[in-house]
Amino acid sequence: MTRISLTVDGASVSDDVEPRMLLVQYLRERLGKTGTVIGCDTSNCGACTVHLNGTSVKSCNVLAVQADGAEVTTIEGLASDGRLHPVQEAFRECHGLQCGFCTPGMIMQSVALLQENPKPSEEEIRLGLEGNLCRCTGYHNIVRAVQHASGQGEEVTA
Amino acid sequence: MIPAQFDYIAPTSVEEALAALAEHGDDAKILAGGQSLLPVLRMRLNAPEVVIDLGRIDSMRGIRDDGDAIVIGAMTQHAVVGSDPLVAEHAALISKAVEHLADAQIRHRGTFGGALAHADPAGDLGAPTLALGAQFVIAGSGGTRTVAADDFFVDLFETAIGEDEILTEVRVPKHTGWGAHYEKFVRVAHQWPIVAVAAAVKVDGGTISEARVGLTNMGSTPLRARAVEEALAGQPATDEAVRSAAARAAEGANPPSDLNGDADYRRHLATVLTRRAVLAAAGS
Amino acid sequence: MTATVERPTEAKEIGRERRRKEDQRLITGRTRWTDNITLPGMLHMAMVRSPFAHAKITSIDTGAAAQATNVVAVLTGADLAETQGACINAWAITTDQVTPAHPPLPADRVTFAGEIVAVVVARSAAEARDAAELVDVSYDELPAALDLKEAAEATADNGGVLAHPDLGTNKSALWQFDSEQAGTGGSVDEAIDKARSEGIVIEREYRQQRLIPAFMEPRSVVVDPTGEQITMWSATQIPHILRFALAATTGVPESKIRVIAPDVGGGFGGKLQQTPEEMIAFAVARRLGKPVKYTETRSESLMSGHHGRDQWQTLTLAATKDGTVTGLKVDLLADLGSYVALVGGGVPVLGAFMFNAIYKFPAYQFNCQTVFTNKTWTDAYRGAGRPEATYAIERLMNELAAEVGMDPLEVREKNWIRHEEFPFTTVAGLEYDSGNYEAATARAKELFGYDELRAEQKRRRDSGDPVQLGIGVSTFTEMCGLAPSRVLGSLNYGAGGWEHASVRMLATGKVEVITGASAHGQGHETAFSQIVADRLGVAFEDVEILHGDTQISHKGLDTYGSRSLVVGGEAVVRAADKVIEKARPIAAHLLEASVDDLEFSGGRFSVKGTDQGMAIGEIATAVFAAHNLPDGVEPSIDSEATYDPVNFNFPHGTHLCAMEVDTETGALKMRKYVCVDDIGNIVNPLIVSGQVHGGLVQGIAQALWEEAVYDDSGTLVSGSFVDYLLPTAADTISFDIDHTTSPATTNSLGTKGVGEAGTIASTPAVVNAVVDAVRHLGINDIQMPCTPERVWKAINGAGGGGTADTEGAAMPHFDQAEPGQDSTEGAGQ
Repeated sequence: MTRISLTVDGASVSDDVEPRMLLVQYLRERLGKTGTVIGCDTSNCGACTVHLNGTSVKSCNVLAVQADGAEVTTIEGLASDGRLHPVQEAFRECHGLQCGFCTPGMIMQSVALLQENPKPSEEEIRLGLEGNLCRCTGYHNIVRAVQHASGQGEEVTA
Repeated sequence: MIPAQFDYIAPTSVEEALAALAEHGDDAKILAGGQSLLPVLRMRLNAPEVVIDLGRIDSMRGIRDDGDAIVIGAMTQHAVVGSDPLVAEHAALISKAVEHLADAQIRHRGTFGGALAHADPAGDLGAPTLALGAQFVIAGSGGTRTVAADDFFVDLFETAIGEDEILTEVRVPKHTGWGAHYEKFVRVAHQWPIVAVAAAVKVDGGTISEARVGLTNMGSTPLRARAVEEALAGQPATDEAVRSAAARAAEGANPPSDLNGDADYRRHLATVLTRRAVLAAAGS
Repeated sequence: MTATVERPTEAKEIGRERRRKEDQRLITGRTRWTDNITLPGMLHMAMVRSPFAHAKITSIDTGAAAQATNVVAVLTGADLAETQGACINAWAITTDQVTPAHPPLPADRVTFAGEIVAVVVARSAAEARDAAELVDVSYDELPAALDLKEAAEATADNGGVLAHPDLGTNKSALWQFDSEQAGTGGSVDEAIDKARSEGIVIEREYRQQRLIPAFMEPRSVVVDPTGEQITMWSATQIPHILRFALAATTGVPESKIRVIAPDVGGGFGGKLQQTPEEMIAFAVARRLGKPVKYTETRSESLMSGHHGRDQWQTLTLAATKDGTVTGLKVDLLADLGSYVALVGGGVPVLGAFMFNAIYKFPAYQFNCQTVFTNKTWTDAYRGAGRPEATYAIERLMNELAAEVGMDPLEVREKNWIRHEEFPFTTVAGLEYDSGNYEAATARAKELFGYDELRAEQKRRRDSGDPVQLGIGVSTFTEMCGLAPSRVLGSLNYGAGGWEHASVRMLATGKVEVITGASAHGQGHETAFSQIVADRLGVAFEDVEILHGDTQISHKGLDTYGSRSLVVGGEAVVRAADKVIEKARPIAAHLLEASVDDLEFSGGRFSVKGTDQGMAIGEIATAVFAAHNLPDGVEPSIDSEATYDPVNFNFPHGTHLCAMEVDTETGALKMRKYVCVDDIGNIVNPLIVSGQVHGGLVQGIAQALWEEAVYDDSGTLVSGSFVDYLLPTAADTISFDIDHTTSPATTNSLGTKGVGEAGTIASTPAVVNAVVDAVRHLGINDIQMPCTPERVWKAINGAGGGGTADTEGAAMPHFDQAEPGQDSTEGAGQ
């Protein structure tokens, strides 16, 4: 067991963990942050994407012990003061989700993408989301949602 | 999805890391960015007893100008390399290859040295470092040694790094003013390249004075397309001349056959992608 | 042309782009996936799976695993014996279908790589996995039947390999339809003979590759045996059917089982199954008396969750020289894998009625042989039978067009059912209620810029451009809204096709609607709320949709086959209408008026010609108090309805796709995709757009990327997302979608199913485009998925058509040497 202390969604937490525990397992099983989910075992799907010290990472591809001392933000910490993050709002507005399983990772990556490139082109959005798989939406409305969140959205029409 | 148990060591200096490596030897596995190692551990394709995490060694991170070379710390994340102005100016081929390496999340976490030491022949960094004649700085208990790119890649997942050694930095000779392009062929974006070609060319007055061409996934290691390089030298940067030189791209290559294509198809791809990469690098 | 069904209430909600009620939870991570559930004392299971496609289990040594830290039990098939129940096949497609027993945890023989041979139960998932590595299973490897065509030919006598040697055959069932015998058309053999002498005969063999549904949420199951009922949470599309199967095969009374499908992360047919994992979890929880959980890894999911498609299609189309179709003969070989799954052989049969599609074939014959192999079982995947049929006919119509030298749209128009001919009884015996193929096609051509793209195609051909352009057409229809129970009965299906709904009027005026449909991403909560809000005249926000729990929704047949709206939605409409009728006498009583003087509109009963009235919510409150009700009237206006559809439902559409083919590399790039679907009246255009987009990409993915590939030993090569290629945002484009409207005449909302339409239509549109781009090079087929390698080889005459083999090897990125032997830094990409 290794002692780790970190900040998750603004709260300080400290636990003894096995070194083999993945960050995503720590979030889900120890902290009850079940908003972050596991979709694959090869780090292709991106469903587990969180922010680690301000940048997006796949939390299945980080050991909990590697996050010692870090600041982690999950989908559950994105809204502030009861107000949705603009990207969350945009996903709802543009119907950028269906089953919702990929959504936490998709939203977290979209937030990171817009931090790095506030006015991305459609192609830049598509490339920026290449590490996140969705099986429901065909990505069309996800791309619309990111455009919308960046202030570039056209009126949403079906 | 759950790795087997292991002990975890997080040294804060190269010396400590080497000591840990000396102590645990074969039982240890070094963790850099972890973007290839952790999937392997999760799927239990490997189960080291000890994992030595280099993530707390600050001296292994960063990029600096060292006269005739750019030096990239082995633990520098891809995203940092990809956005670094020094790299862009003096080793543009590296910037181009990093740009579409894996995906954004993995570029945030994965490291330059880790990817090279992993030595996946489909990895995006082998061909450009090979093409630019990079030098690999390897630390061991007896001090550091430098290995030329030509000698660094030994076989599939195998490099010149010894069992008790660590890759600490990579020196990339400056290719200031060279045109560069990394042409990557995939079926879907999140795939490793089926074949990719890294090309850097020096063009003087419409003539290619010198060319460096590296191939990704055309053998058990990244390869230099020397026949192409030789054929290009002194040639005009025209479609015709480049096409003729690029036809030799697969000479000496021994590409794999898998779900995405057989060896013959890969050989053919290498010629087309080489032509495109060189022309793009030459700006024509 | 068909008439619009008159709606008794004004549509304020229906047709509106309501944002989904479901989303608030999903975008903030306040979700309840099965794997999120943790119960006191809960144990975790890990599966030991066979690495062999076919082997006898000679011994299983569980000793070391049982001694491992915090292991509670290690159980084999012999241990669970009959307590494990069985995986059932609900649809014997013929009375003589050969159906091997399917124990969830077989004791003596494994029949595909990935089949479970033992289960380890421990206090944590990590410890269960650790101990699973210690279970020592000895196998006697047996020859494996792997190739579908070879398996179909194999017998005990000819030395062929049998998936189940004791059955003596790999053939499960031969299902046939012949229009001459059925009296729905003429003799197909005569039609073909005639065409051979004086017309055109197109003969083709197409491959429907094996696909994996690849829902994003891996399957997970939790079983809690404490309490009076055994409760199972499962990531399933079918809680009701699952409960029935659990009861029917374990002997536990149905009333003692509660199945809950909490948030379910996609299914696409892949969670339309009664799985071994669910059965084992149920048995283990009962045996140990403790809650247990099992969540599969993605690798396990790809390997052992059921697959889809996997057919060889031999097709003969007869036509006159002017391109008028005269007959169609379809011979299918369909790979079942090693068992007959829940729907199993019924999947290709669902396609039997759709090969004739929108065309007026005078003669039709369909023969489908289902075949066992030692591969993962197959069952429904989005479209289930209908994509296979649509692919075949839409590819053939392009071949016919090429043969007679017509534009592919013209040859279709020449043969399709004209809009004034509806309702139309097809050669397969179905009655299409409505449609307008002309309108959808005209609109699609306009949006696509069809003529301009054809001109560009010609320019590129003429100039020998290395990038060629192809235009693909698919004018599809499908049968959905499964299904009229009588029809299912006539097909020997084991259940009906009705759906149930109830409406509870709460004392505060809020409305709870219970549906037997079980959503897993479709947006039922929103769409059904819109329907009820209009029907009862209540606020959208005041309607709560409850589903997916057999204790709340005691009756239902779940969600698949684009049935939720057209069958489940109709049940909701009828239950709501019953509420109004039950409220009417009470309203009359309270308003001191005659029932005949009341009218119901906008949620209010009012007395004609006065300003007196009461809202339905006020009546609900009055009924709750029950102080002043008419004599003999029960204090409830809650109502329920079970709706059995009278017919299938026939959405259609015209899809146009432009593909660029890089002839130097075989690389493909989608340039434009237009679809105009006629799905009748639309409840929520936003939700419909999402269904269409997602459906399109799944169909496009079959055309271009996805394939479950096995090697010569029966190991799934495409066993992870590294090798089973799902497209990303970077591989797809924005789509141009629109709709024309011919309301369905068989339900009161005039709606048609939309869940599968995009998937069914898009695959042939894409492949037709790819073939169209290179047809001038002498190519008339490229096997799916159309990989760059196959395209390049087709162009260069090195195969790539119907016979190309896929190299049986995965990329080796995650094959690792032993620790410390070589390079030390295992990181990078």
